[in-house]
Amino acid sequence: MNLDFSQIVPSIPYILQGIAVTLKIVVFAALLGFVFGVILALMKIGGMKVLTWFADAYTSVFRGTPLVLQLVLIYFGIPQLTGFEIDAFPAAVIAFGLNSAAYVSEIIRAGILAVDKGQREAALALGVPYKLMMRDIILPQALKNILPALMNELITLTKESAVVTVIGAMDVMRRAYIVGGQVYRYIEPLLIAGCIYYVLVMLLTLLGKALEGRLRKSD
Amino acid sequence: MIKVEDLHKSFGKLEVLKGITTTIKQGEVVAVIGPSGSGKSTFLRCLNLLEEPTRGRIWIGDQEITDKKTNIMKVRQHVGMVFQHFHLFPHMTVLENVTYAPIKVKGMTKAEAEAKGIELLKKVGLEQKANEYPSRLSGGQKQRVAIARALAMSPDVMLFDEPTSALDPEMVKEVLEVMKSLAHTGMTMAIVTHEMGFAREVADRVLFLDGGQLVEDAPPHEFFASPKSKRAQEFLEKML
Ligand SMILES: Nc1ncnc2c1ncn2[C@@H]1O[C@H](COP(=O)(O)OP(=O)(O)OP(=O)(O)O)[C@@H](O)[C@H]1O
Ligand SMILES: [Mg+2]
Repeated sequence: MNLDFSQIVPSIPYILQGIAVTLKIVVFAALLGFVFGVILALMKIGGMKVLTWFADAYTSVFRGTPLVLQLVLIYFGIPQLTGFEIDAFPAAVIAFGLNSAAYVSEIIRAGILAVDKGQREAALALGVPYKLMMRDIILPQALKNILPALMNELITLTKESAVVTVIGAMDVMRRAYIVGGQVYRYIEPLLIAGCIYYVLVMLLTLLGKALEGRLRKSD
Repeated sequence: MIKVEDLHKSFGKLEVLKGITTTIKQGEVVAVIGPSGSGKSTFLRCLNLLEEPTRGRIWIGDQEITDKKTNIMKVRQHVGMVFQHFHLFPHMTVLENVTYAPIKVKGMTKAEAEAKGIELLKKVGLEQKANEYPSRLSGGQKQRVAIARALAMSPDVMLFDEPTSALDPEMVKEVLEVMKSLAHTGMTMAIVTHEMGFAREVADRVLFLDGGQLVEDAPPHEFFASPKSKRAQEFLEKML
């Protein structure tokens, strides 16, 4: 066994800079995925046949095909269809966001259905309109119950974001790979990348716990 | 005033209400009793359109709520409802529960709504719990908050669906006391209940439902002393 980190040390800052790229992709994709996921979830439970059908079909397609394929399809497909080049960063945000929305919508749908149906009736009996009822009464309770599942999705997203390497975004993974190519040692930079992802995931886990604690103040 | 004319309600093939006609006058307190499955809850839930009647007409005040043009949301603001299982909003404090709809639905200012909320919580004896979450309250306290929450919308009519059935026996009284004092303020009330003593004491009239039909409609002293129908006699024998 010969592990030698000494050659890699000068390149560590270079790899670390990838964190910003990874985080930017994850944050924007998570936001897109959450907002669109909520909308899809509302379509699924709203009782309008066309919308339910669309949301179900959407979920089925995005869960039923590889993420890498979706990413590459968007990155190369958009220029081919529209004639406009798309950068790796927006392509990654769109692909991960759309993909994540499919998973998030299922989590939220289940969360909404798990809220006691008496809550809906109490709101209706007070004359609370549907939109307000969802926003102020049903969704906050649903979110509290599904927070662990959503955190899980965010963690998955963080790790899966490494596939942006294939379209050339300069994230942690790609930088580790480049450094490896330069010094002909792959294990060391990849181990460092691994540590970075692990630390990010641990931080997210802690954040999730803290959020959960705050939401639990009502029980 | 509530006027109900030939009210029918079916769930699929099951006809639960088979033509109910009655009038509840302004300020009247009506107890709705009957065996399990007779349609009491369904009847009550039709009065604020939580269930949509299959046939028949209902007026609250001089507004026909079964008219297609009626704004259901507006109607519900004038009809308070209290449920067996309270259904307080668990993520809001007691005061927030009571002020939410007045602020968001009626457009009251926060200060106005809170002043009114505190006043109502005082009436149900819970102003010291204003900033607690519902999970910290006993069943009886929860139900009193639920009553305050409904009253905060200044309804013309209050509907109660077995408000004490989910409570431990020692908490039933505190809720009944609140309802009794509400009855004395001249509120129009329809109460589904198994508390025969309460019905006898507080109600102006008893409606006895059986099999989706209004079998008897009489003042409590008459109904309890000499029920006319065989079904009511049998029911009372079991209850008392
Ligand atoms: N949403 C629904 N869908 C189908 N059937 C229903 C529904 N709601 C009520 N029912 C049926 O209608 C009948 C009357 O129900 P309802 O709840 O009105 O009775 P109830 O008199 O309130 O009984 P209880 O004293 O047990 O509360 C029952 O047979 C019930 O199963
Ligand atoms: Mg019932």
